[in-house]
Amino acid sequence: MKIIACIKQVPDSEAKVKAENGQVTYGDAPLVINPFDEYAVEGALQQKEASGGTVTALCVGPESAKEALKHALAMGADEAILVSDAALENVDSLGAARVLAAAILKIGDADMVMFGRQTLDNGAGVTAPQTARVLGWPMLGLAGQIKVEGGSVIVERVLEEGRQIVKANLPAALSVVQSIGEPRYPSFMGIRKAAKAAIPVWSLADLAMAAPAALVTRAATMNPPARETVCEFITGESPEAIAETLAEKILAEKVL
Amino acid sequence: MNFDLSEEQRMWQKTVHDFIAAEVRPHAYEVEETGELHWDAIRKMGPLGLLGLNVPEEYGGANVDAISAAIAIEEVGWGCGSTALTLAAHNGLGVTPLVQFGDAELKKKWLPRVTSGKHKLSALVMTEPQAGSDLQGGIACRAEKSGNEWVLNGAKMWCTNASIAEYIIVVVRTGPTGGSRSLSQILVPTDTPGLHIAPPEKKMGLNGSPAHAISFDHARVPLGNLVGEEGRGLQQTLSTLDGGRIAIGAISLGLAEAALEASLKYAKERKAFGHPIADFQAIQWKLADAAMEIELARNMIQRAAWLKEEGRPYSVEASMAKLYASEMAERVCYNAIQIHGGYGYSREYPVERMYRDARLMTIGEGTSEIQRMILARSLLGG
Repeated sequence: MKIIACIKQVPDSEAKVKAENGQVTYGDAPLVINPFDEYAVEGALQQKEASGGTVTALCVGPESAKEALKHALAMGADEAILVSDAALENVDSLGAARVLAAAILKIGDADMVMFGRQTLDNGAGVTAPQTARVLGWPMLGLAGQIKVEGGSVIVERVLEEGRQIVKANLPAALSVVQSIGEPRYPSFMGIRKAAKAAIPVWSLADLAMAAPAALVTRAATMNPPARETVCEFITGESPEAIAETLAEKILAEKVL
Repeated sequence: MNFDLSEEQRMWQKTVHDFIAAEVRPHAYEVEETGELHWDAIRKMGPLGLLGLNVPEEYGGANVDAISAAIAIEEVGWGCGSTALTLAAHNGLGVTPLVQFGDAELKKKWLPRVTSGKHKLSALVMTEPQAGSDLQGGIACRAEKSGNEWVLNGAKMWCTNASIAEYIIVVVRTGPTGGSRSLSQILVPTDTPGLHIAPPEKKMGLNGSPAHAISFDHARVPLGNLVGEEGRGLQQTLSTLDGGRIAIGAISLGLAEAALEASLKYAKERKAFGHPIADFQAIQWKLADAAMEIELARNMIQRAAWLKEEGRPYSVEASMAKLYASEMAERVCYNAIQIHGGYGYSREYPVERMYRDARLMTIGEGTSEIQRMILARSLLGG
């Protein structure tokens, strides 16, 4: 079983996000592996434990994203590959999907590709299905449980309405959700391996492709209007009088 | 010269920090109040490597370098003093003599068990009701050979982890003549008949880390449970303690960092006379001193650990680091309570717990007075 876990590096969840000169900035927030993608790595490692094989962590991003890949290696992934190219700086999700698909084909012989359900930064949640579409593979989204049987994968999807069990032939793309189990902590052995790992960096030329044109462009980004909070203490002669004043004010503000 | 952590050490620090922040720190209050460690977290420490810091991989350990070990203990100290002391006593005292001096059979039998997190931990005991730092002259607990067994009799005090240990390594008198070659280390499984473990001591702080009086009444263990050489117990124990001092320094450092963090947060939030109290110089100087002293202590601890890793003598540096870091932690925690004012004295805020926890660090593994004695001896010779 050859499994590829696709991950992204994102700003830490405590980052203060704001718009500056029409661009989104995260200040000097630490960059981490996308927390949703940790479930993808966990799911991939579970399948490796169940059926043997290897787990490759794959990331499209800047050089700094090697840190996120090292986290996946420390968790237990066997190898990691970074696709990095100056032409990819403002890549949109479909562009990223095309690049991921090319990298997945270059790695070759993958049985399953796993994604997190979305990223913490853009959060569109479409890269996984888009990659599946580019590859022409079945897409099993929101997988809470995964079981491989023969040449197929059976997935229990976690949906708002309940659970749904679906089956597809391999190779297939999956997005993995929290029900898979808490992502494991890195072990010291994993850290030792990850610290020494030389992570190959592939450019677009290595993938024999041109920079995908961005289909999505963003208009200027701006901060939400500042919120003004006014605190008013309501006084009155009796609780009933206070309640009446409060009710009037609530109605006047058209809150109710 | 290079003060940077290696890539491996940096990743290790982040991993341990994240683990402690998520699994240990949120339970520190409850651990202190109930006197029970948070075992869910301890179980997860096995695979992470925190229960076998200096144990070779073949026995289930992580076998980290001395700096990584100090970093780990510092991070645990930042999260929870009781848990840190438990881990320091386990890694530094319970496990180390076995790793350094034990034979392959003993190691194979016990190390994988106590590093996995699936079972209990380990302990070492030296102190007796009438013997503390004067091990050589003071130890009265004895072991005698009878057939193919050691028979232990006597009493011990302050055995950290006794009730949560698979085994206790006991420093006992095996030579009738006295002198520096009359002590040995013997491994006693905690289910040995004749070993009695008293209820945990009621302590000022670190109540989640149980310390017990224990006694032996004709407790029998196989001759093979001798750790290292017969008659070398004193030397083996002293060499174990050097490393233990780095760990106590590291816990102190972690406690001080946590106290400074809490102080910074509170000083920015709390207002007096229309300003956050962080605007007042009296508070700022306390914060500045704390940051400087923490930096100094970290440098001392990491340098002692580096010497240890290089295989060079480090006992003087370890003593200095332990002495400075423990007294520094007490100052920083004291000032943290001052900064918090009345709330600092309340158990609703964490700094009073850190202050109580820090107080032990100037006592355990050699009091400040003993450390100064060691330092004076190294200066004056003899």
